[in-house]
Amino acid sequence: MSLIQAFFAIVRRDLLLAFRRRAEMANPLFFFVLVVTLFPLAVGAQPNLLQAMAPGVIWVSALLAALLSLDGLFRSDFDDGSLEQLLLSPHPLSVLVLGKIFAHWLVTGLPLLLVAPLLALFLGLPGQAMPTLWVTLILATPLLSLIGAIGVALTVGLRRGGMILSLLVLPLYVPVLIFASGAVDRAASGLPVSAQINILLAMLLLALVLTPLPTAAALKMSVN
Amino acid sequence: MSFIPAPISRFFHRTASPPHFYALADKLMPWLTILFLLLLIPGLYGGLVMAPADYQQGDSYRIIYIHVPAAWMSLFIYVLMAVMGGIALVWRMKLAEVMLISSAPIGAGFTFVALVTGSLWGKPMWGTWWVWDARLTSELILLFLYLGVTSLYGAIEDKRSAARAVSILALVGVVNIPIIHYSVEWWNTLHQGPTVSKMDKPSIHVSMLIPLLLMAVAFKLYYAIAVLQSAKLELIKREPSAQWVKSLLENKA
Amino acid sequence: MTLESFFAMGGYAFYVWTSYGITLAVLLWNLFAPIVLRKQLLRQLALKQKRGQR
Repeated sequence: MSLIQAFFAIVRRDLLLAFRRRAEMANPLFFFVLVVTLFPLAVGAQPNLLQAMAPGVIWVSALLAALLSLDGLFRSDFDDGSLEQLLLSPHPLSVLVLGKIFAHWLVTGLPLLLVAPLLALFLGLPGQAMPTLWVTLILATPLLSLIGAIGVALTVGLRRGGMILSLLVLPLYVPVLIFASGAVDRAASGLPVSAQINILLAMLLLALVLTPLPTAAALKMSVN
Repeated sequence: MSFIPAPISRFFHRTASPPHFYALADKLMPWLTILFLLLLIPGLYGGLVMAPADYQQGDSYRIIYIHVPAAWMSLFIYVLMAVMGGIALVWRMKLAEVMLISSAPIGAGFTFVALVTGSLWGKPMWGTWWVWDARLTSELILLFLYLGVTSLYGAIEDKRSAARAVSILALVGVVNIPIIHYSVEWWNTLHQGPTVSKMDKPSIHVSMLIPLLLMAVAFKLYYAIAVLQSAKLELIKREPSAQWVKSLLENKA
Repeated sequence: MTLESFFAMGGYAFYVWTSYGITLAVLLWNLFAPIVLRKQLLRQLALKQKRGQR
């Protein structure tokens, strides 16, 4: 089996496994919406305040939703031993890992785009910011999966890895958060956002190339 | 590695062995301590007594003599940790692993000091304990990066696996430090409050610069002393039943 | 500079001396904690060896 075939085989397998638990796929979405809902409840429903906070609130919530769904990336394979099998494959582990991350993103990151208009409505985000919101979600959610995968790989062997995962991954998420929410914020005021979008794109390309290696190395460490 | 002359590679192999390194640490300790004091005392005296008070900030600026060296150390140590992590991963060198994990609390300590002294400097200068200044914010994130290393090492039971994990983490972290710093600076200039740090334009007078540099080097020597002490502990912890540890116990008895 | 003005630090005594004090505390901690723990560990190991447990 060639490398490309192996890559898509992994993607197909993970998507199939995810669809078998279709109901679970909605959980990150519900979480996303729920967390955003908490903010107006906590700070009061003043439209001006909510509108000013909207980009940040949406993006922090997206970050937390991504963080929560990360555990599912390697958990079930680790538990039933298929991860060990994956490590034995003749193909480079980093490519196979990329396949898993891609499938994971399709299932947990991409759907966030569907829910974004609803959240924009809740918080009064101006319509002119919507396209930017979608673009930042498309660029940054894979980034969150790629960066997060390093953390998951490092902690998948731990019993209570969840808290440490957050401690490891959130500092690394800060640049993504800054540029993604910054872009939406500027778009809401009608300002140009090409700089932020370009930086996000650059970070995504860098992450695609660089992150699978430490992730693979960490998996090898964790599975021992 | 065949291009390294035999005596040099022998030196490194010997140094990297735990009992030899332990003994070397003991030998170096008095010299490092003397050097440290020789730099610390003039540094403190120069900074606290001899350097004139600042025109705008009065004597409060003297915090700079620990704030800036601490901030420099916080970055320096993390980079060092990443280098040790790389060495540990590539050459599977036990000593590199030990030095890495021994450095983490010291680096975290310096980061904490940089934050607290920055805060205490900020209060009289800007009137508030905390400002989302680019540097303070980046330092805060750096503190979390350090804490992540220590937490992860503690959470993994097998210490050799733990060492590999934190080596990976340190390397990933070091790549992120410039990215984080740049993004925070960008974010900060966008939301800039009415603050301008004096250190932005280093037109610092030489009478203030010299104590600063003395303190910076003194802190590096402190790091050397502290990391060796911590490494000695970690080496014993890693192999408590080794022959060299047994000899150590016998020699002490 | 008199001793009094040294301690007063131009009115900023609290900020300056707290900074130096906290720094001293952190540095002393990071230096002495491993020393103390190491001596403790060696003592424990020596005890174990005497009792023949290994």
